[in-house]
Amino acid sequence: MRIEGRKQFWPPRPIEQKDQMMTNCCVSPGLKNKTLKTNRRCGWLQRFVLAALMVVSTSAAIAQTSKSDVTQIKIAFLSQVIELPPKLSNLDLLPENEGVAGGQLSIKDNNTTGSFMKQAFSLKAVSVPPEKDALAVLKGLLDEGYQFIILNVPADRLLAMADFVAGKDVILFNVGAPDDRLRAKDCRDNVMHILPSHAMLADGLAQYLIWKRWRRWFLVVGRRPGDRLYADAIQRAAKKFGGKVVAERTWAYGPDARRTAQAVIPKFTQGVDYDIMIVADEIGEFGEYLAYRTWTPRPVAGTQGLRPTTWHRTHERWGSAQLQSRFFKTYHRRMTPLDYQVWAPIRAIGEGATRTRSGKFKAIRDYFRGSDFELAGFKGQKLTFRNWNWQLRQPILLAAPRALVSVSPQQGFLHQNSLLDTLGYDKPESKCQLGKQ
Amino acid sequence: MNSVWRSVVPAFFMLVMSGQTSVYGYTVYVTNEKDNTVSIIDTVSLKVTKTIKVGQRPRGIILTKDGKQLLVCASDDDTVQVIDPVTLETIKHLPSGPDPELFILHPTGNPLYIANEDDNLITVIDLVTNKVLAEIPVGVEPEGMGLSPDGKVLVNTSETTNMAHFIDTSTYEVFDNVLVDARPRFAEFTADGAKLWVSSEIGGTVSVIDPTTRKIIKKISFAISGVRSEAIQPVGIRITKDGSKAFVALGPANRVAVINAKTLEVEKYLLVGQRVWQMVLTPDEKLLFTTNGVSNDVSVIDVPALKVIKSIGVGRFPWGVAVSPN
Repeated sequence: MRIEGRKQFWPPRPIEQKDQMMTNCCVSPGLKNKTLKTNRRCGWLQRFVLAALMVVSTSAAIAQTSKSDVTQIKIAFLSQVIELPPKLSNLDLLPENEGVAGGQLSIKDNNTTGSFMKQAFSLKAVSVPPEKDALAVLKGLLDEGYQFIILNVPADRLLAMADFVAGKDVILFNVGAPDDRLRAKDCRDNVMHILPSHAMLADGLAQYLIWKRWRRWFLVVGRRPGDRLYADAIQRAAKKFGGKVVAERTWAYGPDARRTAQAVIPKFTQGVDYDIMIVADEIGEFGEYLAYRTWTPRPVAGTQGLRPTTWHRTHERWGSAQLQSRFFKTYHRRMTPLDYQVWAPIRAIGEGATRTRSGKFKAIRDYFRGSDFELAGFKGQKLTFRNWNWQLRQPILLAAPRALVSVSPQQGFLHQNSLLDTLGYDKPESKCQLGKQ
Repeated sequence: MNSVWRSVVPAFFMLVMSGQTSVYGYTVYVTNEKDNTVSIIDTVSLKVTKTIKVGQRPRGIILTKDGKQLLVCASDDDTVQVIDPVTLETIKHLPSGPDPELFILHPTGNPLYIANEDDNLITVIDLVTNKVLAEIPVGVEPEGMGLSPDGKVLVNTSETTNMAHFIDTSTYEVFDNVLVDARPRFAEFTADGAKLWVSSEIGGTVSVIDPTTRKIIKKISFAISGVRSEAIQPVGIRITKDGSKAFVALGPANRVAVINAKTLEVEKYLLVGQRVWQMVLTPDEKLLFTTNGVSNDVSVIDVPALKVIKSIGVGRFPWGVAVSPN
């Protein structure tokens, strides 16, 4: 038996309608039951058109029920993935709604709270094909009045967008670019970094390896610029925590190592005395094939093997079992790091709106940039922003494919202000000068 | 099994030799979240007398007012298991709704109010008819449950919404919400109903609220030398009936704070096991039992002396704790 009062508190129906539409945005209903291969043929253009359609219907649905006494808070998520991982078709599926689903769940959480506060949150998700101009899409979002914009774009495009919106009442959330320079010399006052930087990931891993007394690292670097940045962060972490990169080699055996690995990798890894191999292969060209094939039997960590990350399917501590289960029940798949990274800023905006009891841009922004801000992010302690570069302070999960191994910072790595500031560039070494770009 | 027998057999003999232990003592029940068991502790011998198997991921645990039924939230089985404390057999299951976490009984002993963590609901169940009386929508991840002594006001805390929801138990409607600090886990009324205490795990505070005006009277914060402030994460709260002392479990700070419940000042910190969450006072208020999730034990606090007198090993990840009324 359900009671009458339910309607009064429950979030407005359009939220659920929107979920349906969002879920379908890249998978037309007819394709749903077909194989992955068929599904993946759903081209960029088709996704774009469907996304656009979805957005139109969503806004219409919201408008229909919006009451004058309910404050509307609009958030946009713009994603442009330039380089997709190689299509190793028999490996993990890439969810079509990756990131968007995390955002929708966060909107749902916010709206449940919002129903008690007379606040309604909505998310517009736009996926921009690699060849299209993402800045033009961003301009469109600005014209529609979006002020909180979550960006999953590479570093250069993010900088162009940040400079374009400079001086406007707009805040950008970086959920896709781990480049340290965005938190250092190229930092911007209007960009909040949700995902950890390369240095934070590397430091999280390094602390654990030092605790294990695995100090001698064999670094294997992929062909891409991002791999180089990841490797540089590992080199820096070695210096910072007392590890030693005893060898560094660059992978030059092409993109798909599945058939050639057994012949190539023993030779490639010969002649080095080390404790653990650290691989920098962000899009996953070869990293998975190192384990079990190295000349000497050693574990693998880095972008594959034992990975430092923001989220993992095996993470269940500090109440995260609840978030994992809510996500799985809604989207019938596991929550990915990108889903978490889109979930978090929307919750931060939600917190701002709840605590200030306001839907106004400045009130919300000032709240989550102020000293009272605390985000319960299922990591066992509150998450806050570093006010010298607007990076989200956060513990780093260290995950093996099917087990959570540890969570950094590790015990014993001390800091005068926050143990979380042992991860990444600390204030005294930061080259970021906010407001002086 | 061996270890169970090792503890059960001597306990049994002791029970036989000491005759009617239960006249002087109470029985404490502890849910072990990762073991799917309940440890049963005798408050005189302070030993585990028996460990029984229950449903998956047991968390909240409570005894009915007459002491004749032991209710256990089997969160991953989406049910509340009803156990006979004498035979230790499962009598029935309650239609709790999905993922029950914590619950509270009406002062008259019926109905039961259950927080369904996954579904943002409170489910109200009539224990006699076994029927669902109502489902009340609340914030995201409801957990803490407090009832005013007159049974008229139910307070639920939602962990992600960060609110204490005030619910009228006659209409099942939320009539007010109070924002508290991040991740509220527990709500407890004082025995006179004049104050409501709500703990905020991530915020690191306890809000003391006036239930009539629904205004926060004071936010109690904690400072322990040598313990990082992030590790101070208040969860369980217990207040003595005379309203003089309150105990707050501080999670990974491994301490229970003793607070003067009149002045709202922290008086003392008691060192207990690791990650202390839930607590229960014996009905005579001589002993306080705490569940320590990471060290897999229960600490026993002598309440008049304010001293930790024993730790008792239980199963893995002890979560909830309840005590028999006599």
